[in-house]
Amino acid sequence: MESPSAILEVKGVTKSFGAVDVLQGIDFSVEAGSVTALVGDNGAGKSTLIKGLAGIQPFDSGTIFFDGKEVELGDPRAASQLGIEVVYQDLALCDNLDIVQNMFLGRELKRGVALDEGDMESRAGETLQSLSVRTVSSLRQKVSSLSGGQRQTVAIARSVLWNNKVVILDEPTAALGVAQTEQVLALVRRLADSGLGVVIISHNLQDIFEVADYVYVLYLGTMVTRLRVAETNSGEVVEYITGGKTDLTAQSGANS
Amino acid sequence: MSTDVEVPEYMKSKASGVAQSWKAYRIKVRSGDMGSLPAVIGLVVLVALFSLANPVFFTPLNFANFFTQAAVVMILAMGLIFVLLLGEIDLSAGVTSGVAGALLAVSLSRWGFAWPIAIAIALLAGIAIGLFIGILVAKIGIPSFVVTLALFLAFQGLILVIIGVGGNVRVTDEVVLAIENKNLPIWLGWVFYAVVIIGYFLFSFIGRSRRLARGFAANSLSMILIKTVVMAVIGFAIVWALSLERSVNPELNPLSGVPIIVPIIAVLTLVYGFILNRTTFGRHVYAVGGNVEAARRAGISVSRIRIIVFTICSGTAAFSGIVFASRAASVDPNAGKFIVLNAIAAAVIGGTSLFGGRGRIHDALIGGAVVAVIDNGMGLLGYSAGVKLMITGSVLMLAAGADALSRKRSQGVMR
Repeated sequence: MESPSAILEVKGVTKSFGAVDVLQGIDFSVEAGSVTALVGDNGAGKSTLIKGLAGIQPFDSGTIFFDGKEVELGDPRAASQLGIEVVYQDLALCDNLDIVQNMFLGRELKRGVALDEGDMESRAGETLQSLSVRTVSSLRQKVSSLSGGQRQTVAIARSVLWNNKVVILDEPTAALGVAQTEQVLALVRRLADSGLGVVIISHNLQDIFEVADYVYVLYLGTMVTRLRVAETNSGEVVEYITGGKTDLTAQSGANS
Repeated sequence: MSTDVEVPEYMKSKASGVAQSWKAYRIKVRSGDMGSLPAVIGLVVLVALFSLANPVFFTPLNFANFFTQAAVVMILAMGLIFVLLLGEIDLSAGVTSGVAGALLAVSLSRWGFAWPIAIAIALLAGIAIGLFIGILVAKIGIPSFVVTLALFLAFQGLILVIIGVGGNVRVTDEVVLAIENKNLPIWLGWVFYAVVIIGYFLFSFIGRSRRLARGFAANSLSMILIKTVVMAVIGFAIVWALSLERSVNPELNPLSGVPIIVPIIAVLTLVYGFILNRTTFGRHVYAVGGNVEAARRAGISVSRIRIIVFTICSGTAAFSGIVFASRAASVDPNAGKFIVLNAIAAAVIGGTSLFGGRGRIHDALIGGAVVAVIDNGMGLLGYSAGVKLMITGSVLMLAAGADALSRKRSQGVMR
């Protein structure tokens, strides 16, 4: 039912914790080259959906298609092998390491037994340059010396380094000031323009209207609507988020 | 400000000058990362004070003595730095060295093994102890403080059991005794000196050329030359002093040359430095110490890193036990009981953080030198062991306080 260009698509996925049905048959799709926003109030199931897509907490039932083929997301490695990368809100960077060391953490390049610092530094530099990042002055700066926006930039750039297809950003602008938010949103846009499928979770509707192409709204474990950002307004989105309005066609996945 | 809009700052090839390097270093110190600076200043002040207070302090004999005295603490501190980098602690490292020393002495004297087998037994015992600690901490999840405190008590008992009733075991094997009691021939000392200085220069120079060839920022040639010359001058003074005749009775018993333990420590420093700075494992040690959650999400097996690190620490502790047995020419039931605090103090004084993630292997050398100078100098001034222990304890407290404050400061800069 979704457009054929969907790089990642889930149909009718469910997840329960004990007696609580957190996801009750969700349909969700991400298109390559576009930014898809996922919104919903606290407890709507956003994090559970993301953790399912990252393979951290596999779904109970439902089907997942990646690039048109049905796949299993049983563990984090399966997700990262497909090219799905999550950039978490708390960033998961090591303060005591520099930018290059963080970008290659866990996937260091080696020459013999020794680390290949030269290749890592070139590739990190090229990646940041391809994303038009200008906010850092040296790649050998410790992450502890970076601002919130710069840290977010490094975390996002790390997800691009490995030819990922889908990048999921969890509240990327939550802790940032105005100017830094602008920089990060511009970076998010460039990720999509370079052909990746980008998912952004945010409480800030202003950000979403600035950067996203589509917005999905979750309400108490059901996907109540999927809207084109160009064809909606924040008033309407807020109504969906608070349960004041539901779009029955978007729930068809639950019936199938 | 640069007017070039095409190439970002971080992609520009540039060699920083002496002034820039100095500025970068000052920013680093101000942001709370003081490294070994306080220890180096402290060392200079202490040496000056003790030399003024007692002329014996600055004699060639005492100078050589100082190196053999510091060796045990330095080696133990090197092992502990791995554990401290994870933000863990090993209180049992000292008694582990005692267990290894006792096994060495008993293997040689009572079981009649040749020295290679006796040394192998001692080292394997250390490795086994490290594996045991690592598994308890990483797999069972007992805090390392508790595990190693329990072993600190248990191993004191184990040493008593190994040695048996009747005090101490003498070490008479010539090879084992040579580790701490024999010197290199004078010419070999100078060869060692030349290899170290030329090696350092070539290593820095080739590294710089490679970076510049790739278009990265690199140290200036003048900076490398300044560092090499400073090292060469200090090294020359040390090797020259160690090459003087220092025997109390030169006709009967001539004594001169660089102690054998000095090149042994140099090699150990190089190997451990390579592991920490140039291998994936070393990078992951820093990552786990800096942010466990980030390391885990990056796919690093945190428990594997922990087990290996505790194994390295206890294995190194066993080696320090062998060195101690060589120096004392015997092993007694109290072996290693107090030395662990000296070694932790050495690492922390040298600039390794107790909070994990920050520290370098040569912190053990600089901090170990400070601890040994205090020990040696106060001993010459006639202070009792009690006073020495109290002073060393205070210095550890001071270093830990500086560590905590600099951590606060770097976090203040960060957020």
